[in-house]
Amino acid sequence: MTNTALTQDIMGPGHLACAGCGAAIAMRHAMEALGPKTNIVVPAGCWSTFIGVYPNSCLRVPVMSVAFATTAATASGLKAGLERMGRGEETVLAWAGDGGTFDIGIQALSGAAERNEDIIFVCYDNEAYMNTGIQRSSATPPGAWTTTTPESALKSQRKKNMVAIMAAHGVPYAATASIAYPEDFMAKMAKANSIRGTKFIHLFASCPTGWRHGSELSVEVAARAVKSRVFPLYEVMDGEEWRMSPMPAKEPVSEYLRMQGRFKAMGPEIEAEFQRGVDRSWKSLARKCAPSA
Amino acid sequence: MSTNKLLTGTETAAQAALLARVDVVPAYPITPQTVIVETLAEMIGSGELDAAYINVESEHSAMASCIGAAAAGARAFTATSSQGLALMHEVLHYAANGRMPIVMVNANRALAPPWNLYCDQSDSLAQRDTGWLQYYCADCQDVLDSILVAYKVAEEVSLPVMINLDAFYLTHTSEAVELPDQEAVDAFIPKQIKAVMDTEHPATYGNVCGPELYTSIRYNRHYDAVGALESWQRASQAYAQAFGRSCPPVQTYKTEDAETILVVAGSASGALRLAVDQMREQGHAAGMLRLAMLRPFPGEMIARAVGGAKRLVVVERGVSSGMGGIVGQELKAALFGRPGGLDIWSLFAGLGGKDIVPEEIAAEALAIAAGKPSGPEHGDHCIWTGLLP
Repeated sequence: MTNTALTQDIMGPGHLACAGCGAAIAMRHAMEALGPKTNIVVPAGCWSTFIGVYPNSCLRVPVMSVAFATTAATASGLKAGLERMGRGEETVLAWAGDGGTFDIGIQALSGAAERNEDIIFVCYDNEAYMNTGIQRSSATPPGAWTTTTPESALKSQRKKNMVAIMAAHGVPYAATASIAYPEDFMAKMAKANSIRGTKFIHLFASCPTGWRHGSELSVEVAARAVKSRVFPLYEVMDGEEWRMSPMPAKEPVSEYLRMQGRFKAMGPEIEAEFQRGVDRSWKSLARKCAPSA
Repeated sequence: MSTNKLLTGTETAAQAALLARVDVVPAYPITPQTVIVETLAEMIGSGELDAAYINVESEHSAMASCIGAAAAGARAFTATSSQGLALMHEVLHYAANGRMPIVMVNANRALAPPWNLYCDQSDSLAQRDTGWLQYYCADCQDVLDSILVAYKVAEEVSLPVMINLDAFYLTHTSEAVELPDQEAVDAFIPKQIKAVMDTEHPATYGNVCGPELYTSIRYNRHYDAVGALESWQRASQAYAQAFGRSCPPVQTYKTEDAETILVVAGSASGALRLAVDQMREQGHAAGMLRLAMLRPFPGEMIARAVGGAKRLVVVERGVSSGMGGIVGQELKAALFGRPGGLDIWSLFAGLGGKDIVPEEIAAEALAIAAGKPSGPEHGDHCIWTGLLP
């Protein structure tokens, strides 16, 4: 897959993210897909700090920084307000990390999905609370080191299946995407923007700081997550029609794990269990994506 | 032409939102404000009110949605009570720090545990420092009038306003309420909210900033909140000119020559007028001061109203455990250092829905004036009545 040249510069220079930040790459692509008539709602998280120090901003669209739990609720009110003010055609993009989505933000997100609010909710998933210094979230994979799941007590629980949770709400569109496949991500964003109702995109965004890999490897790590089926790409229409996105051939998880310092304490047994978990999830996903008899 | 209707406080609040032509109503039910959001749902459903209704899943989200709506330049309204207000606490800061002109009605109700559905003001008093302007209503008419005045002030000073009404005493009792003519209300409160979220002029709202700028932003908010008292008085006077009624921050009864002044926020001012009359019948120069505005705190107005009185007896509907009566503390702070040696007492008479009985208040106030307050301990100037043995 090749990357189309970016034509819009809605995300300008001056962001304060770490070198190689997957979430910074992600926003650039998201804004390329959505265009300038976009209003962004950002809760606490990496993005709330690296927009820039007030009044500076690296984004040439309006941005609200909101309370951690309230992303989807604020976006709901914003959309209703825009409609009342004759700006109903403008896009409302809720842009939260995995903590603000899987954990503290899930109640408001579930509420918005139940009401089918006309917003796009993107979870940029770097699999931990990275902004506060790498603490476990419910998106952290099993076997991963974080500062609250240290080597002596690695995370043992599985990761929540957020897309399935959102699909179970029956939202018109839910999908996964990766910073390593920008055309796929941008196409999914554009598709989301053309559908009315709640759209959810679970975006895999690598974090060199928290994952303990070189900043030059961010895209490669993300690509290997897809290739190893740790993070498969797919979409779900109306909670019912599951469809796999075009993806490369399968490879084992070992190379994906080996590239990252956060998995170095997991050992062969946990690694084997990790692989079994990935295979189980893939089988389940493949069943959902298979055309019905 | 204005019309008169028999309305409860909650129905009145909904009528006020209708007259204010609110745009967005994010709502979650909680006793005893539920009738407000039910009435608004009916009004919006039937087309009587042209607005968006958002059935949010919590009070935390209700306030967040209000902020989103206001950020788009729309007029937002919601209502809550007790635990709901407590749950909103975090987002109340976002509304005030973000300078959102939201108006919210709070039905003053006790906080759990133990569960208690009745009137108590510790819910809203605990939100003093969120930056919201706070008004406490005397009766149903005051609910209507103060909500309309609140929108005028909120949009003038870009700060949110909380209109408080005592649970059950006001939420569930019916009174004849005069509803002003829609055109006159439109002229009184034309919408003037600047959209924070403007794709033509993109800017950020609320993102990270350094200590110096943060301090300056707090300075501006504080002085704008202080200045909101003048805005409120101006709006209240304009309202009086248009509709014949006003919502003064401080209201007095027989205080001119009073030695003892009973002080209260909320609906008990009527009961305290009776207590004052009873004290006067017994030869004691008593007066009553109704504190309608707690933020901004009208300290100067209170000082003027108190005049040469010897003592204030604050009838409290909220307690700050380990310190004392909340309104009493506010008065002590505001009146500190003024000449005259004013004695300020807190009389806990209305916690958890406890009835404020004029005879009991008069008897306690006279005992305090005679230097013989009841109760086992009163070294902290706090009198507790009706305790179980």
